[in-house]
This record gives sequence, C-alpha cells and structure tokens, in this order.
Amino acid sequence: MDINVFRGLMSVVLLFAFLGIIAWAYSKKQKKSFDEAANLPFADEAENDDPNLDASSSLENKKHD
Amino acid sequence: MSTAIEHSTYNYKVVRQFAIMTVVWGIVGMLVGVWIAAQLAWPLLNFDLPWTSFGRLRPLHTNAVIFAFGGSALFATSYYVVQRTCQVRLISDKLAAFTFWGWQLVIVLAAITLPLGLTQGKEYAELIWPIDLLIAVVWVSYAAVFIGTIYKRKTSHIYVANWFFAAFILTVAVLHIVNSMQLPTSLTHSYSIYAGATDAMVQWWYGHNAVGFFLTAGFLGMMYYFVPKQAERPVYSYRLSIVHFWALICVYMWAGPHHLHYTALPDWAQSVGMVMSLILLAPSWGGMINGMMTLSGAWHKLRTDPILRFLVVSLSFYGMSTFEGPMMSIKTVNALSHYTDWTVGHVHAGALGWVAMISIGSVYHMIPRLFGKKDMHSVDLINVHFWLSTVGTVLYITSMWVNGIMQGLMWRAVNADGTLMYTFIESVEASHPGFIVRWLGGVLWLTGMLIMAYNVYMTVSSKASEKAAAQTA
Repeated sequence: MDINVFRGLMSVVLLFAFLGIIAWAYSKKQKKSFDEAANLPFADEAENDDPNLDASSSLENKKHD
Repeated sequence: MSTAIEHSTYNYKVVRQFAIMTVVWGIVGMLVGVWIAAQLAWPLLNFDLPWTSFGRLRPLHTNAVIFAFGGSALFATSYYVVQRTCQVRLISDKLAAFTFWGWQLVIVLAAITLPLGLTQGKEYAELIWPIDLLIAVVWVSYAAVFIGTIYKRKTSHIYVANWFFAAFILTVAVLHIVNSMQLPTSLTHSYSIYAGATDAMVQWWYGHNAVGFFLTAGFLGMMYYFVPKQAERPVYSYRLSIVHFWALICVYMWAGPHHLHYTALPDWAQSVGMVMSLILLAPSWGGMINGMMTLSGAWHKLRTDPILRFLVVSLSFYGMSTFEGPMMSIKTVNALSHYTDWTVGHVHAGALGWVAMISIGSVYHMIPRLFGKKDMHSVDLINVHFWLSTVGTVLYITSMWVNGIMQGLMWRAVNADGTLMYTFIESVEASHPGFIVRWLGGVLWLTGMLIMAYNVYMTVSSKASEKAAAQTA
C-alpha cells in the first residue's frame, strides 16, 4: 500500500474512533454508571473523616446534565 | 510536625511530606525567579560570578518551579486523590516513601549541578545523565505505586481525575526516557544520540509534552477532584470529561513543532505543529468549561471561599493561556512573538495563573484534612494570598505583552534602504520599565507564598483542633 493511502486511511480510522468515543460517552446506557462515577469524590465521606463537610449538602446525589 | 493521628485506611504520611515540600520548593523556586527577574532589570545582581549569572540561575528557576514545586504538588495530590477515590491505601508505603526521598534527592542534585554549569543544554531537560537515570527510576516507581493502587481499588469505576494523573505519569516516563538518550563521555558530560534538526524536534516533542502532560494533564487531574470537592457538587458533565480526556491526550502529542517555526525543521512539520496547536483549543476549552460549569448553582460560594477562588481563577487563566497559545502558534503571529518576552509572559500566564494557583488551592484544601484540623489557621490570609497572586500574575503578563510586542516590532522595523531601524540594545533599553513591573509581579507572588507558609505552619502546629483530629480518626 502506498504510504499516503495508509496515512489517509489512518485519519479516517482515527476520526471514527473519536466519533465512537463521543457516541459511547453520550449514550443513554452509560448515564447511570457515569453518575455514580461522578460522585466518587464524595463517596468516602460516609466514613465521616471530613470535618469541613456540611453533610446535608453533599449526601443528596446532585446531578448536572 | 506529624502529630496528627494516622488515618486508618490511607497513607497520608507521604501526602503530607509532598504537600509541605510543595510550599517549601514554591518559595525557593519563586525566590530564584524574583532574583533573575531583578537581574534583567539591574544586571549588577549577576555579581560577576559564574555561579550566580542569569544563564545558570534561569534553569535552576525553571527546574525548581516546574519539577520541585509543581512536581511535589502533583505527587501530593495524585497520592491523595487516588487513595480517596479508589477507597484503598497506596499499594506500597515503602515504594511511596522511596518516591518522596528520591524526588527530593533529584531536586537537591539539580540545585547543586545547575549553578556549577553542569547541563546537557536541553531546555527543561538540563539535568546531566546520572541525575536523568535517578529520575527514571523514581518515575517508574511512581507509576508502579499509582497504577498499582488503581489496580487494587475497591470501587468499580476509575474516577476521571485518576485517568488524567495516570496519563501524565506514563507519558512523562516515555518523554523523559526518549529525550534523555545520551552517550556519556564522562560522569558529568554526554552527547545526545540525536543529531541536528532531529535533536531539535525530539527536544520540543519532549518540551511541549512536558507542558501538555506534566503541566496540564496532571493539573487537570487536580481540577477534576478539587473543584467538585471544594464546590461540594459533582463535575458538570462526566461525559464531557471523557471526551475531554481522549481529545486532549491525542492532540497534545503533535503540537511540539510550533516551537521550531522558521528553523531548519521541514516546513510541513512546522505546519502540522501549527494546525494541531489550533485544534488543541477545543479540548482545552472543553475541560475549562467543564470545570467552570461545575460551579453552576454554587457561584455564591466564591464570595466567601478564597480556596474556591484560587481554583476557579486558575481555570480562567487556563482558558486564557490556552487561547493565547494556539494563537501564538500561527506562523505569522509567531514571526512577531517568537524570542520576545511575549513567550515568557504566555508561559507565566499558564505557570502562575493556572498551574500554581490550582496547586495552591488544592494544597489549602488538603492541609487541614491531612493534619486533622478543622480548617486553615486563617481564611483571611488565604484571601490575601489570593489577591497577591492574582495581581502579581496580571502585572507579570501585561508587562510581558507590552515588552514582547514592542521587541517584535522593533526587531522587524526596517529603513527605506532595508537596513534595521533599531539595534538590539535599543530594544533591551526600551524593555527596562517592563522588566521592573515583571519583577514587582514576582515579588507579590513570593510574598503570597511566604504568607501561605506561615498559614500552613500555624495550621499544622496548632493544638486547638484536637477534637477535629479525633473525629478524623
């Protein structure tokens, strides 16, 4: 294969890989697990080792988007 | 100092060590920065000694602020975040301790060798080959500790901050090892195995990815943990953070050639570097917006919380410098800006405004938690520090914009007969007021760091909050 054909094909492959990542990231299926993941910074507060924390504000599972 | 009660699960000792050293090396690195800024304004301060000349102290400054201050902040926050979001202790306390003492040894060796003039002459990779070997060993250990800890995590997800930290650690290992390939001729001297334009390209592939991964990806890891934590709400869009991650990682790799516009590097490679740098605006701003919007519905917290101010203003400077960077990579703009103070101002918009401010915000967030205190000793002093840093950064970058554009215009001005309108020394003389304003900005920054050191010392040594400490355990 000519090197330039290969380069062109690589660009196309990478473009589709990127579109694939977007489709995957924004699919409905992932919503629940991403919401869980987004709350990981707050997950270890159950141990009550965070004296600064105002418990009422963090325990409710806030959501963006 | 370590009177705080040990945490039952996490290894906070190594985090505390790195957090304290972040403050110490921040002061040292910025002190050298203020000194060399003063040298440019008042050359007498070179003292006519080789060891204190600008040429030797400048790499000492860059190494101290990037690798000692920034590096310690990255070690501290990555060890803190990976433990808390994986809910597990670091995989090896001994190896973590080795990374701390190994990294400190690297810094001390740098502080000895650079003023002696021992260098391999590559920007941001000046350290001689024996130190390079030590860095490689420490860095591989760091990767083992970090990835090993992710491997034994108790949570099913790997939080996005850890993705950024892991990418930073792995990429820096590759960059450092490839760019440091040398043929030693003695204990202190070596030649690069690359030649000519190839050497320049490898160097700036390293150099720009040091910016992209050491000074960006790692600090984005901080952003994705400490901004949500301090704002007490999850990141604006977790989906965007995933797209942000892959886009940033894939594009940054190709931006290096913009450091070599109008050099012996092939023209097409320069153009690739320029185009990729322009594309880089998209993931950079995607990440910035994601961090900013995390505050939606919580903007009022900015009024009372100077730590959150540090974090959010750092994102503003990040957005600003990641707009300025792609613009400066355009070849026609670069023809004006390159080799002028504009570049220096751009670097400091990123280094002071983004990297240092997000690190400082993160350290202020961690210190009370690490030492079992309720809060920092003085929130007012954090606020003073915030304003000193912000005003200092603005003074720094505006003076360098003025100087840089003026220098660029003076250097390219020609008379009707084609001769240069100005001598070089005339552009240096015209830059003098800007050099003084820049020095003043640096002094404000250094003052802020000294206030931080006092505040951290008072927090750590206070006995007032043993109740909070007991609660922590």
